[in-house]
Amino acid sequence: MLLIAALGLAIVFGLMGVINLAHGELIMLGAYATFVVQNIFKPFGEPWFSFYIIVAIPIAFIVSALMGLIIERGAIRFLYGRPLETLLATWGVSLILRQLVRSVNWSLFMAIGIFALLFFGGMQLLKRLVDWQNIRSKALVILLPLAAGIAIAFNLLLGANPALSKPWFSARNVDVTAPTWLRGGTTALGFQTPYVRLFIIALTILCLIGVYWFLQRSTWGLKIRAVTQNRTMSSCLGIPTSKVDALTFALGSGLAGIAGCAVSLLGSVGPNTGQSYIVDTFMVVVVGGVGNLWGAVVAAMGIGILNYLIGSGTLALFLTSVNAPQSLIDLLLFFATSSMAKVVVFALIIVFLQIKPAGLFPQKGRTAEL
Amino acid sequence: MSSQSLISNQQSTDLMLRVSDINVYYGESHILRDVDLSVPAGQMVCLIGRNGVGKTTLLKTIMGLLSSRTGNIFFGDRPITKLAPDRRAKLGIGYVPQGREIIPRVSVKDNLLLGLEARPQGRKGKEAIPEEIFELFPVLKTMLSRMGGDLSGGQQQQLAIARALMGKPRLLVLDEPTEGIQPSIVLEIEAAVKRIIAETGISVLLVEQHLHFVRQADKYYAMQKGGIVASGSTAELTQEVIQKFLAV
Repeated sequence: MLLIAALGLAIVFGLMGVINLAHGELIMLGAYATFVVQNIFKPFGEPWFSFYIIVAIPIAFIVSALMGLIIERGAIRFLYGRPLETLLATWGVSLILRQLVRSVNWSLFMAIGIFALLFFGGMQLLKRLVDWQNIRSKALVILLPLAAGIAIAFNLLLGANPALSKPWFSARNVDVTAPTWLRGGTTALGFQTPYVRLFIIALTILCLIGVYWFLQRSTWGLKIRAVTQNRTMSSCLGIPTSKVDALTFALGSGLAGIAGCAVSLLGSVGPNTGQSYIVDTFMVVVVGGVGNLWGAVVAAMGIGILNYLIGSGTLALFLTSVNAPQSLIDLLLFFATSSMAKVVVFALIIVFLQIKPAGLFPQKGRTAEL
Repeated sequence: MSSQSLISNQQSTDLMLRVSDINVYYGESHILRDVDLSVPAGQMVCLIGRNGVGKTTLLKTIMGLLSSRTGNIFFGDRPITKLAPDRRAKLGIGYVPQGREIIPRVSVKDNLLLGLEARPQGRKGKEAIPEEIFELFPVLKTMLSRMGGDLSGGQQQQLAIARALMGKPRLLVLDEPTEGIQPSIVLEIEAAVKRIIAETGISVLLVEQHLHFVRQADKYYAMQKGGIVASGSTAELTQEVIQKFLAV
């Protein structure tokens, strides 16, 4: 689970150097997309309902990728090479998305649609009709408040109708029920493993293979690697860099969506779901080494396992059985809650980064400094 | 294919690249002052001058990496002043920058394949690397699976020229292709460039310090303090001019 989320981030942060604080919210959107798909499938009855998760994964991917595309086109593309501004902008986006999920309803949805239609449609129309370069600033000044005004008025008008102003999700958490074939579990290798976990692990491996194949073998993957390594030269070779940027970002966001799908299977989903994952995913990427997919895989496993071992008290139990000193066991028991386990893991990460500041697998060779 | 050769035939008589009245600034400092330059089709034009007179800046402006405050750039008869670098590359300008700028963590083969992007239709499916490239630069054939960044300077330079040629450009822009490279490879690169011109009939705009290479060009422009101060046919390039603009 951590790995899929981190995979998306490894692409966005590692390859593009964009610190995307809205990544958690993209995960959350993916989870909500799963929820919506589940609700659509409910009326169809049992044989269909079982397979909603298969449909939900691509839909979650598409929803998050689209949102990522909007974020990239709307904000991040103006901020490449300016990490601080990117940080603030994406944080703002994450707040907007969180509130959007809380309060989105039909009237708001339509109002946004109308705004977009009026504003961008108007711009397109003006571009076609008149000399755009000369009236650009003036047109923006007139068009923006006009479109916004109409959209707000429309929103207020529709808001009077309770059926339309009822929020889709509300601020409360929603639950996604796993389909029947994912319930229960198996006791393989002496461990009790729920099917859901196995499903997520399989999904992760699939995503990993997919991403690897895409980056290493496809034409667009090659373009992505070229642009992330040498932006100016790539553009001189005739590669449309802005298109590649948008694609890369959308891909990373889409992976966040799939991660969201996985999250929704593990627990209930709320507007703040993304928050609890964003720090962990960043840790994975940093520990694994920025821009290194393999590093992310190992780091995700390492952090996940460490978290579990300390958090669940397994380590303490194990030490008791081998007669370790009592003080050590007490210490471990003290940290044997999930929040305290995080404290330990982060402390360990800090120590680790002191020793290997470039992550698990730093880039070697003649090009390492580039 | 036939239509493309028609176009190049048609333009063989007139100018491939025309730059007029270019003024480029880095912030407030004025780098290029009223630069005019033209490259006739099928010819090799050399830009000479000491370090820091704005030669690379001029090439970057032609490529679209820097923008001029005034003036126009025409490629063929098409104004390209406002186009982004990737659009210019697609029109047929192959750029070999100073310092080579090989994509470091991509294999030599993929570096070459990236050159295909500059073709007007982009890269289609599984296109192979044409054999001519390896005839020009045999050393590349043995290194296809190495990382681009692991090659030596001379090999990288050959790769950069090969990569630019992959896009079948109509104008090849070379920025100091022999800088910091051992003499034997300098000769190889010179021979390759000469052969490219002879075989494909493309135009070349070259920035160069090596006098031997400069002599190969048809026409020269000498730059000083951000402006063109002398120009003419290389045959008339006298010792005096060289002393004035090139000697340290």
